[in-house]
Amino acid sequence: MAATQHTLVSIVEDKPGVLNRIASLFRRRGFNIDSIAVGHSEVAHLSRVTIVVNGSNAMVEQVRKQLDKLIDVVRVSDITANDITVRELALIKVKATSTNRSEIIEIADIFRANIVDVASDSLTIEITGDEDKISSMMKLLKGFGIREIARTGRIAMVRGNLGTSPGETGTAGRRAKKQT
Amino acid sequence: MKKTGAQIVCESMINEGVEVMFGFPGGVLLPFYDTLPEYPQIRHILVRHEQGAAHAADGYARATGKVGVCMATSGPGATNLVTGIANAYLDSVPMIALTGQVATPFIGKDAFQEIDIAGITLPITKHSYVALNPGDLPKIMKEAFHIAQTGRPGPVLIDLPKDVLQESAEFSYPEKFNLPGYKIPTRGHPTQLKNAAKLISEAQKPVIIAGRGVVISRASEELKQFAETAQMPVITTLLGIGSFPESHVLSYGMAGMHGSGYANKALVDTDLLVAIGMRFDDRITGEIKGFAPNAKIVHIDLDPAEIGKNVAVSVPIVGDVKAVLQALLKMIEPKDHIDWINQLDEWRKTHPMTDIRDGAELLPQYIISQIYEATQGDSIVVTGVGQHQMWTAQHYIFNHSGNFISSGGLGTMGFGLPAAMGAKIGHPEKTVWCIDGDGSLQMTLQELATLVQDDIAVKIAVLNNGYLGMVRQWQDLFYDKRYVATPLSCPDFVKVAEAYCIPALLVNTREEVMPAIQQAMAHDGPFLINFQVEPEENVYPMVPPGATVAEFIEQPKKEVSSWPRRSTL
Repeated sequence: MAATQHTLVSIVEDKPGVLNRIASLFRRRGFNIDSIAVGHSEVAHLSRVTIVVNGSNAMVEQVRKQLDKLIDVVRVSDITANDITVRELALIKVKATSTNRSEIIEIADIFRANIVDVASDSLTIEITGDEDKISSMMKLLKGFGIREIARTGRIAMVRGNLGTSPGETGTAGRRAKKQT
Repeated sequence: MKKTGAQIVCESMINEGVEVMFGFPGGVLLPFYDTLPEYPQIRHILVRHEQGAAHAADGYARATGKVGVCMATSGPGATNLVTGIANAYLDSVPMIALTGQVATPFIGKDAFQEIDIAGITLPITKHSYVALNPGDLPKIMKEAFHIAQTGRPGPVLIDLPKDVLQESAEFSYPEKFNLPGYKIPTRGHPTQLKNAAKLISEAQKPVIIAGRGVVISRASEELKQFAETAQMPVITTLLGIGSFPESHVLSYGMAGMHGSGYANKALVDTDLLVAIGMRFDDRITGEIKGFAPNAKIVHIDLDPAEIGKNVAVSVPIVGDVKAVLQALLKMIEPKDHIDWINQLDEWRKTHPMTDIRDGAELLPQYIISQIYEATQGDSIVVTGVGQHQMWTAQHYIFNHSGNFISSGGLGTMGFGLPAAMGAKIGHPEKTVWCIDGDGSLQMTLQELATLVQDDIAVKIAVLNNGYLGMVRQWQDLFYDKRYVATPLSCPDFVKVAEAYCIPALLVNTREEVMPAIQQAMAHDGPFLINFQVEPEENVYPMVPPGATVAEFIEQPKKEVSSWPRRSTL
């Protein structure tokens, strides 16, 4: 049972302690969170949580079922097997001098990243994309000296008409996990 | 109409049919306790320690099927509930735990007796609430009672700050509520039911293993019909005891670590295991690779997260046990498995559960068989945790669901006495025996005072061997008899009972056993018998830790007088 990366999307009630409940469950059952991103959903009082976990299919299925048991969790879907759009945003502060500033800006352009702050000895770059894209750019910037990195963690959405939103029938994740 | 938070809590409990609660007051709960006399419908039992309140609510809930309610004050009161809440969580017992909290302006300030009890109990509650406004209370109470007793039952905690109890809000008990994230599966998936029925019709050596889910779902009658129609032998887990009459010809007792040899052999040989309302605990499965190695497994459970958690299954059926069995009953044909049943009966002869030796020693197993004789199997038996618990499971014959009450998942020593108290309050018309060990009893001994103050006629049998017996047994078998920290000095339990104004007897010989039991049952009120039993008796059979269920150890051969198991069919 090989461990692979899974993307879970969870719609949760926007109530105090709900993140605590999710985090507590992961800790207690010995599951590791690679990344977690939380924000409002399109429905008032409901938040959308995107969780990336590494594990075998059976383990992640157990994670999904345990999450689904939490009363404040309205829905959980494992959308790994779906055709999905995956994005992460990173802010990268790079050491920059007058001599190499233009070289850094060129790299940023190649990755369609934005320069969001310029200081005398640094540049802050905003990049959006999947993890691979962000990692490749970071590799190139490493040589200049990276001061600081802030990453949001993955957010994801199923392409096309299938969705993970509450109220929609035929949610993608459920369909994908019907094998049990 | 405006009511205070305390009144809203009481009114809500009455709306939910609460008749009794177990609690212990404290500073922040004074507004509640000051209000309580306005509601004489709610009987309050004052315990001596909050752990007792939680276990009593647990025992009450298991005996009646209703929600048990316990209450404790903030800080140490609340933390004392924790063991009892965890116990209820692991055994899926419907419970509401009400805790006092410091007034809302003090929350987060490390105020006197402030503790984050909702945080502490997060992983051991089905859900929890911190009430921050009295106006939220009706909705919280309604949801909490619904969540506690529906689906897979469990404890729900409600933290009640002092000012929320004091302040007023408009009260009307809600009819409806909205819990979009709370789904209860009802009946199984038709395709899986069909698959299960097919496997059942093809099986040559089928076995049913029934767990606490059958008790919770009140599906004993359906289980009996199902087993009889398909002629399938039935074994149970510890908490499944009583879900199928143990004197039925198709009953082969409990399986697992201290299960019968024949039940464990059946698990090894079976070609189809129908697991009903159980969760493949390690005490049942032993080493997983040797568990039902030749079998396809049909797993019926209400909780989808239990499917495939410990054991891979061929046919998962997520649904209420009763509804699933009713559906399956319509799909299966009468079958017979005479050869397989003969095989099991052969094993019953060669590996009998018969370790009551003749002789003079006062054997704990003998005492349990005598309590069974005296009660005709018609009492509620509550146990603590340890050897006495396993002997009770093995030697008392339980024919009714809910008559055996014991701490399974958490294995909480000290559960017996307070849980028996709760069971007796739930069923005052029934005889309630608390069979306890000297170690286990001493963990919650203080509740003897509660028995007296509230006149709760529990009969207590202490199987006193002067050891923490189950731990000593492991030291005996696996640690070269190095009895470290297990010899136990006990008080004179007769004098202790008498100090609490509870009549008591000391029993040293077999001849005294039955008369003492009869005297206890004839007495109108609580009664304690201190049985000085054989100190180094072990529980057999035993599947050693890490071994497969096939590798059970049996009692070293001595003279054996067989304890007759009776048949009704």
